[in-house]
Amino acid sequence: MIELKNIRKSYRTEYTNLEVLKGIDLTIAQGEMVSIMGSSGSGKSTLLNILGILDEYDEGEYLLDGKLIKNISETQAAQYRNSFIGFVFQSFNLLSFKNAAENVALPLYYKKMERKQRLEVATEYLDRVGLKEWAHHLPNQMSGGQQQRVAIARALAAQPKIILADEPTGALDSKTSYEVMEIFEQVNRDGITVILVTHENDIAEKTRRIIRLKDGLIE
Amino acid sequence: MFDYDKWQEIFESLKKHKLRTLLTAFAVWWGIFMLVILLGAGNGLQNSFEKNFGDDAINSIWLYPDRTSEPHKGLPVGRRVRFNNEDFNLLRNQVEGVEHLTGRFWLGGDLVIENKGKTLSFDVRSVHPDHLFIENTLMQEGRYLNESDIRERRKVCVIGKLVKEGFFETGEPVIGEHISIKGTKFKIVGTFEDKGHLNEMRKIYIPITTAQRIYSTEERIHQLILTVGDATLEESKIIENNIRQELAAKHDFSPVDKQAVYISNNIEEYEQFQMIFLGIKFFIWFVGIGSIIAGVVGVSNIMLIIVKDRTKEIGIRKAMGATPRSIISMILQEAIFLTGTAGYLGLLCGFGVVYALQSFMAENEIETEFFYNPEVDFMSVMTALIFLVFCGTLAGLIPAIKAVRVNPVTAMRQ
Repeated sequence: MIELKNIRKSYRTEYTNLEVLKGIDLTIAQGEMVSIMGSSGSGKSTLLNILGILDEYDEGEYLLDGKLIKNISETQAAQYRNSFIGFVFQSFNLLSFKNAAENVALPLYYKKMERKQRLEVATEYLDRVGLKEWAHHLPNQMSGGQQQRVAIARALAAQPKIILADEPTGALDSKTSYEVMEIFEQVNRDGITVILVTHENDIAEKTRRIIRLKDGLIE
Repeated sequence: MFDYDKWQEIFESLKKHKLRTLLTAFAVWWGIFMLVILLGAGNGLQNSFEKNFGDDAINSIWLYPDRTSEPHKGLPVGRRVRFNNEDFNLLRNQVEGVEHLTGRFWLGGDLVIENKGKTLSFDVRSVHPDHLFIENTLMQEGRYLNESDIRERRKVCVIGKLVKEGFFETGEPVIGEHISIKGTKFKIVGTFEDKGHLNEMRKIYIPITTAQRIYSTEERIHQLILTVGDATLEESKIIENNIRQELAAKHDFSPVDKQAVYISNNIEEYEQFQMIFLGIKFFIWFVGIGSIIAGVVGVSNIMLIIVKDRTKEIGIRKAMGATPRSIISMILQEAIFLTGTAGYLGLLCGFGVVYALQSFMAENEIETEFFYNPEVDFMSVMTALIFLVFCGTLAGLIPAIKAVRVNPVTAMRQ
């Protein structure tokens, strides 16, 4: 599903050249559940951004579902994101002025699905994360765990092949964290590749494979 | 072009951000509203000036014959100078720079005007055809006096609007009817209005030669009036001097005798009025351009803040697969819709206030020196509005493009 070959990335400023990724080789197969660990500054966020086609890399090759992701236009990147990747973030990143169902329906809007239909699909996915009753609530009327479940439903709604989660339990207490992880496990059982970035060992241990990053290289 | 879903998204976004929507809308509304009000005020001022002074805002020279005050060629002081038709011809043929020229002959005695047994009193002026240009007379029906009337000493007259209303019912034929002036019947050939004072519409004009024949034994002219076109102050002084020279030679008075023929040259006042008009025009332009600049700056600022405010939202939408184009077009459509609607409402409200004031003044017959008919040109305000929306949108476009370029993860961390 994902193939990285000698990925290098550095941030150049006028005076310095900060090398963040120093040659990453990584293959993640369809249906895997992987966590990426590493201390801050290890390059894990940068790696996630490259995987999510949110950032470009300098050298190497990134193949997503067999397609080379290199020097592609913003519009193309948006299309790949929309059809391949679902994102889950630490701070949930729901649109505060939209209710749960509308938030979940957002990626479907960019898939050009009709309004009525996309709200139906959204309700379906909310049901899957156990929040059908909360469809018409605004994010600020929900707990952190509930918001993250809405975010997961949103990531799933467009039927992606990969879920990229950036510290998805970072803002949650441990009980809620485990509930969220259970949902990820369930998603993974349905055949979707799940990639988590975390620095919590107990969360990482719930995945089947742990990739440790240190100073821009895989240990 | 019309994407129902997109508009629904835009309406929802506007509805859910009430304060932001309201503030933006108010800023644009206020800008256009004030533009209309100020333009109305400026035009009201200008119109009142034109109404009050329009008659006098003509570059004209008035000649009044009087008595000599200097001895000349052995002739005594205090001789009376009199104008007749020869003087009229002299000025017309011998003096360069004279644009329009008319004499006035004063009818003595009571001016009793009769028609169908009705007797009213109005002012009669006997003049040359060029008098039309001296008083800014606006013809309503028929024609003004012409050269044939003068040559053939026809008994024709042109009557003011109030004279017409005094003798005739509305809808009654007027042209071709006769009125009697001091016992002589005159045929009405035209009716007129006047932009200036109401009194100007109480006049009756008859050919000067006819008046001389009927009411006098000589071809006397009591007063000569002429215009000098676009002459400058210097040019007009030269014309004035040439006139004095010609008249002095003909009537045997000293060319330096200023009392023999009193010449009133109102070019200086005319130039003052031109300056005032220019000042008012400048004021209107200044106000207009100022409001538009203020509006553009205001809208641009708001757009900047809105885009900044939405950076996180843009990041989220991008992560969800929104193309840069779809985000920019959403922001712009929202901005155009909001500023356009608010601006148009401001325009309507402004016009509402201006027209309300106009009709209020008309109904209550309020006449002030400084305000009259505060009209505003719809198209120019509409142009201003479109310009404002365009500039505001353009100003929003730049930060929107920047915001779309930001990495979604960075954007969302804000």
